[in-house]
Amino acid sequence: MNWNSASEFFAMGGYGLYVWGSFGVCAVALALEPFLLSRRRQAILQSLRRHALAEQMDQEIA
Amino acid sequence: MSNRIVNWFRFASPYSFYPLAGRMMPWFWTLAAVFGVAGLWVGFFVAPTDATQGEGYRIIFIHVPASWLSMFIYLVMAMWAGIGLALNTRLAGMMAQALAPTGAIMAFLSLWTGAFWGKPMWGTWWVWDARLTSELILFFLYLGFIALQAAIDDPRRADKAGAVLALVGVVNVPIIYFSVKWWNTLHQGSSVSLTRSPSMAQTMLWGMLLMALAFWMYSIAVGLKRLRTIILEREAHTDWVRNLAEVKAPAKLTKVTEVTA
Repeated sequence: MNWNSASEFFAMGGYGLYVWGSFGVCAVALALEPFLLSRRRQAILQSLRRHALAEQMDQEIA
Repeated sequence: MSNRIVNWFRFASPYSFYPLAGRMMPWFWTLAAVFGVAGLWVGFFVAPTDATQGEGYRIIFIHVPASWLSMFIYLVMAMWAGIGLALNTRLAGMMAQALAPTGAIMAFLSLWTGAFWGKPMWGTWWVWDARLTSELILFFLYLGFIALQAAIDDPRRADKAGAVLALVGVVNVPIIYFSVKWWNTLHQGSSVSLTRSPSMAQTMLWGMLLMALAFWMYSIAVGLKRLRTIILEREAHTDWVRNLAEVKAPAKLTKVTEVTA
């Protein structure tokens, strides 16, 4: 074990800014990408469902 | 033999690959999480403090995987682009398109973590050194590929134009990889080599390899996720997409029908 306390862990031997600046941005990027993709998928599914509904309504009217 | 070839080509259509990608995705997400947790554990709690760089060297556990993946994804993307150009298959173009943003993110992370490592160790965020410059060019190649495809309305023409760009850009990948050998760079030589024993502690190496596997599995999972979305967008006019269970499910349409009723 390298660390005796949590504060020692977060200080990273004086390199805290650099280590957490790297890991933090990395974590944000790798979480944001799937999140934005999920939104993009929901958007296309929503539009496909609306088209299906519109078609169904057209048939009911005709 | 011929049977096997037929079976493989069956998955070359968006219609049959869409459900297959959906079944594969959870496995790759799980593997990414398992390797990621193991890699972070080894990286932060098992690997010892570095003799010269102290704790600052721990950036290596994301810097090297992101850099490897940025180059590897480019090669895979260019391969699919080339297949799409040669065989004129729709799915290959979609594969290339699905990989580009993930590759761009990996290149960005490589540059970002490199800057955050360079500042404390070299005293500068950035230097126009061969390794750093060629990686920056890789990042711009990804962005150029994405922008070019986005600028062309017809997706099949966009695939072809993008493929040419991707294939021309392949020349940059060996330049990045060998830049530390060919030129005198501020960037250090490779930490891992096939021909000599590694220049780092065993546990450091294991942490790095586990993190590389995690990044790799993540890239496959997120690539498949984007591919499935692109398939839906580009095949929206087809009957099979209209008949998908997730399209037919009237989840958020109840409100619309209430209003019209």
